[in-house]
Amino acid sequence: MVESAPVMSVSWPAHVFHELQTARVVQVAYVPDAGHGALIDLCHADTAMRAVSLTTEEEGVAMLAGAWLGGQRGALLLQSSGVGNCINMLALNQECRIPLLALVTMRGEWGEFNPWQVPMGSSTQGVFELSGIRVLRATEPAEVKDVMEAAASQAYNACTPTALLLSQRLIGTKVFVK
Amino acid sequence: MSKANLLDRRQVVNTLLADRKDALVVAGLGASTYDLAAAGDHARNLYLWGAMGGAVMIGLGLALAQPKLPVVVVTGDGEMLMGMGSLATVGLQKPKNLTILVLDNEAYGETGGQVSHTSASADLVGVARACGIPDSKEISTLGEIEAFAKLMQDVTSGPRFANVKIDGANLERVLSNRDGMFIMTRLRGALGHAPI
Repeated sequence: MVESAPVMSVSWPAHVFHELQTARVVQVAYVPDAGHGALIDLCHADTAMRAVSLTTEEEGVAMLAGAWLGGQRGALLLQSSGVGNCINMLALNQECRIPLLALVTMRGEWGEFNPWQVPMGSSTQGVFELSGIRVLRATEPAEVKDVMEAAASQAYNACTPTALLLSQRLIGTKVFVK
Repeated sequence: MSKANLLDRRQVVNTLLADRKDALVVAGLGASTYDLAAAGDHARNLYLWGAMGGAVMIGLGLALAQPKLPVVVVTGDGEMLMGMGSLATVGLQKPKNLTILVLDNEAYGETGGQVSHTSASADLVGVARACGIPDSKEISTLGEIEAFAKLMQDVTSGPRFANVKIDGANLERVLSNRDGMFIMTRLRGALGHAPI
């Protein structure tokens, strides 16, 4: 068996990046993640953005609250396993009505190999909703652009904390050939 | 690790902010927020009543967004211990306008005075330095606080970190406003940002 490159007929990370630019996002906080790898590289390469590597996801929630206070927009890139780490810090977004744009690569929901990813992957949407964060989801490459645009718009135009879940089916498609 | 002649926390914060100019000040959950309120309410104050462990990261986001303004985080040893990883993130980003001051009473005063890790083993100055903030030091006199207050105005030489061992006395609470949206909107307004 030879593992080929992931199938990405539509370059969804490029669409996400374009929407971040269009939304004038400056601070991009992230915990390193394979699914977000291409997007993280694009953000680092853009001189109008400040990509900040975190030690844990809740740091990003707090940092982006500071960014908003200072007049800059931000986005948080994380994996579903890191969503639970954010819960208490999300009080900032509810209590201070601070927008959040969280882009979450999903694990544990589509052909997962690692059972340890399943519990948090299964509760990601519920955790966000219980924490007062609106959830949108993109599953097909072709819909990423529209859903991302909607997420950024409601986050920053309606000041509504929003998480966009990027399905494992979207990010994890691999083709195995002999 | 307790020492004699420990500084009074209110005096430390009053001295630090006596001539604050345009500085933005973030106070960590608990007694630090009361200390900031006691030093005088200000539109550029961010009082935290929650989000424990987040004070330094809020300061970092603010500092990156407002690089020409001094941003000062005043927090306690317990809050700093919870957000210790954020020192590594600050060490990596090196925001030149960010100053962090920890009021270290070696205890969790807000929850009944349980001893914290700094009372026995944890050295926050060592942590900050090891995380890539070389300008990290222990402060033990008001004279040093006065000098630190001048340094914090310099937005070209940060980040800097100081830990000050303070008297553990529980002081009367001086309650700041605790409506997060009001505090946040007021601070944004002071920086010229209109509501949506």
